[in-house]
Amino acid sequence: MISISPTYLMYYVPLIISISLVFGATRHEDTQTILSHAFYTARWITTFMAIIFVILLVINWML
Amino acid sequence: MASSENVIQVDSQKIDLKNRTLAAFLAWLLPGAGHYYQGRHTKGSLYLVCIMTTWMLGFALGGGHVVYASWQPGDRRWHYILQAGVGAAALPALVQGNHMRKMTRNGTTVRGYEPMWGGFMAPPQRPVIEDHTDEVSAWYATYGAGYEMGTWYTMIAGLLNILVIYDAYSGPLSVPISGRKKDEKDEASGESPPKPEGSSRDAEQEPLANQLGDSSQ
Repeated sequence: MISISPTYLMYYVPLIISISLVFGATRHEDTQTILSHAFYTARWITTFMAIIFVILLVINWML
Repeated sequence: MASSENVIQVDSQKIDLKNRTLAAFLAWLLPGAGHYYQGRHTKGSLYLVCIMTTWMLGFALGGGHVVYASWQPGDRRWHYILQAGVGAAALPALVQGNHMRKMTRNGTTVRGYEPMWGGFMAPPQRPVIEDHTDEVSAWYATYGAGYEMGTWYTMIAGLLNILVIYDAYSGPLSVPISGRKKDEKDEASGESPPKPEGSSRDAEQEPLANQLGDSSQ
């Protein structure tokens, strides 16, 4: 299954918060719009990574 | 008095970028400082907290050894180029790196070398040879994944600050191209969604000087 401890996934949390907020803030000036953009970015990146994770998991099962 | 060339409008807010070069330099020196100088306090605080938290978290995860300047065979620390994006916080590494350079003979650290400041941001003792037991391998053994993640965290913090420097110099970046295409499709089909107040649609930057010029004709 997963060869690393799930706690390693916690490294992801501060990074996604920081990256999303900075990314949003470099595109807007209004605080509410920054937060909306940050939420959208975090959701997009998380979904993208989850898809890659599932693909790798399936490949691992098939091998 | 504000120069109209440095005043832009984004999200229905007028921004005086003031001296752009100085703002960019301050933004590099301390994340968010350029925005404070421009009076953009909320964003300045957000940048300072996000970037410095990420940077310090990474620094702590790696036991304080992930940020150092070295360009020796076997230990070309290219990561530092990105880590230095946070400015003053990474500068002690340059001083330590220069001290180590002076104390290195034929690729080996001379006897009696003492790092300054208790070894804060000091490079590893030389030689550093890949797959050999040295100070770097000891750090990896001690901090495990934390050393790797700490390196990444500090690099990402430096990279994020490059975006912040751009924001201080030129104002917010344009909205993503994909978003524009979507909006254009909506407009073509007459299904334009309602725009929230202060939405990104008026984030198209245009110096106020141009707008004033148009209105005066």
